Amino acid sequence: MQVAVLSGKGGTGKTFISVNLACVTENAVYVDCDVEEPNGHLFFKPEITEKQPVSVNVPEWNESKCTFCRKCVDFCRYNALAMIKEKLYVFNEVCHSCGGCMILCPQKAITEKPREIGVIETGKSGEVTVMTGCLNTGEVSGVPVIKALLEKLDGSSDTIIDCPPGSACVVMESIKKSDYCILVAEPTLFGVHNFQMVYELVKQFKKPYGAVLNKSIENDNPARKFCEDNKIPVFEEFPYNEQLAKLNSDGLIAVREYEAYAEKFRQLLSAVKEALS
Amino acid sequence: MKIAIPVEEKTLNTPVCVSFGRTPLFVIFDTENGEFEFIDNSAAASQGGAGIKAAQLLADKGAKAVVTFRCGENAAEVLNPAEIKLYKAISGTASENIEKFKAGELSLLNDIHPGFHNHGGKE
Amino acid sequence: MKQLLVLSGKGGTGKTTVSSALIALSGAKAFADCDVDAPNLHLVTAQNIKPQTSDYYGFQKAFIDCEKCIKCGLCEETCRFNAIHEFDVNVSECEGCAVCSEICPVHAIEMKDLSSGEMILYKDDVRTFSSAKLKTGSGASGKLVTAVKKQLKDNSDNSEFAIIDGSPGIGCPVIASISGVSMVLIVAEPTVSGIHDMKRIIETAKKFGTKCAVCINKYDVNESKSDEIEGYCCLIGIEVVGKIPFDSMVSKAVNSYKSIAEFPESPAAKAIEEIWDKINKLLF
Repeated sequence: MQVAVLSGKGGTGKTFISVNLACVTENAVYVDCDVEEPNGHLFFKPEITEKQPVSVNVPEWNESKCTFCRKCVDFCRYNALAMIKEKLYVFNEVCHSCGGCMILCPQKAITEKPREIGVIETGKSGEVTVMTGCLNTGEVSGVPVIKALLEKLDGSSDTIIDCPPGSACVVMESIKKSDYCILVAEPTLFGVHNFQMVYELVKQFKKPYGAVLNKSIENDNPARKFCEDNKIPVFEEFPYNEQLAKLNSDGLIAVREYEAYAEKFRQLLSAVKEALS
Repeated sequence: MKIAIPVEEKTLNTPVCVSFGRTPLFVIFDTENGEFEFIDNSAAASQGGAGIKAAQLLADKGAKAVVTFRCGENAAEVLNPAEIKLYKAISGTASENIEKFKAGELSLLNDIHPGFHNHGGKE
Repeated sequence: MKQLLVLSGKGGTGKTTVSSALIALSGAKAFADCDVDAPNLHLVTAQNIKPQTSDYYGFQKAFIDCEKCIKCGLCEETCRFNAIHEFDVNVSECEGCAVCSEICPVHAIEMKDLSSGEMILYKDDVRTFSSAKLKTGSGASGKLVTAVKKQLKDNSDNSEFAIIDGSPGIGCPVIASISGVSMVLIVAEPTVSGIHDMKRIIETAKKFGTKCAVCINKYDVNESKSDEIEGYCCLIGIEVVGKIPFDSMVSKAVNSYKSIAEFPESPAAKAIEEIWDKINKLLF
């Protein structure tokens, strides 16, 4: 089974939930799709067994074949090409790797070469296989890294996907192949406002979903109310706890420190498995 | 020689636009005969790489100098091989900048800012 | 117009909490929410007026005219983004490169404008607040961020100063928001994740040559991590302009649609006021 953990708002506890859930799931694979700011590995501290660079294709110009017709420059929707004094200039950072210039060149004077934009690190922490996608700083899009991450999964183990914040492209990419979505909500107006967005997204993608209320407070929890009003099943609630906050801030994994948390996460795992069956 | 200045309105009596890549218009002024024309900057509406496209436009128009407040790294990479010199604009109208240019009182623009890649698509 | 941009790297550190307080304390008449994916600033900046909204068009997208289509499949084969299946374009996947349109042997594919979001403008005699919302699942967030900043600039001619609430991460929308700002204030969190992410956003801002300052939010959740942040900033020459204590008043304020600045006696508000004093000096 592949379970994605998302929230809309940042900082609600996606990593907390996904890391701990992976720890109580037998032989799980934890995949960090928040490639702009991956955090799971900071908790797992995995022993790295593989580093795979992720590249995108950018145009390579063959001067000898070029007739300077400028078809490539005029076609490029991203303005990634310029032709000055019979020399082609390629601007890699704005290139979207669509292959258009190469396909359309009448002289076949453009080919492609790979350009590294990030890396996937695979390792082990206890029983958990940890896969971390990391986008190089200055690069604009993590989508190719997320695609490469998901391509590496063979579906043989239970997989937990730690998603990026928001509900845009990168999140959509991360949940594409998931069987189930856990939506993490925090008890603030901001949290609920953004929770609503991912709720819409998972419905749009027709993914089954359930909620976890994190940093929960006793009264007036707008997240609880939202779930009640919309009949969203709430699987677990983690009350705000100073000790847990400190544990987290020190990069420690709750289920590996306290049995009480291990039990709660085992219950969460059962609830998800039951919902899936 | 033709010099190009980014402006927001079709008159020489208008301030120099603060943006290069996304200025709505350029005025191309010929210092030899005083003739000038306004050209639409098709780069302004670009999804991205606006500086690159604007620079290509000016190169194609035969400009030999640009007077601007700012210029991005990508645009500069196009302007340099096109042998288009970059001059730092002074606050004032396009006319005033042209006069200063003719009098040799404008300094070269040396601080090129890194590209901002402000385009859409993948994020 | 001087612009202060609030970023964080990690989500949930308190950008909107800090921005909304800075807006109130500084009396800024112009501000913007560049977190176009998940905008929240409007919830706590007392927007009583109805905003002007307009459709935002990001990329053009490919549309296949099924009447002209001869089902040769060349478009699907060539599309690098797997956006075409069974002679239909998935607009969420389409990146508007127009290759399919160009190679279709019967010209059955046209590139058309498609709304990918909404521009939002709150403007009255006193204040201008520019925002936007990206449609769920859309791309073009960087371009939309640029549009939000332009909308702010176009509608606030006399403002000397603007505050911009940014988005988490380090990618396109963040990079677009950094363009042209006078200073970036990074709201850091004293946790292992928070420090890791803070370093990456600092690296990103530095790549664009932008002046940075850091403030530490909820610093007392882990004082030794907070000290680590101060040590790191000192090492790389970035000023730490303040430390905000964990304050339960903050979520109470937010949940009543208010900025913490409306509770000036609260510890968080006091700390942010000191931060504003420092930033004010750095900016002007």
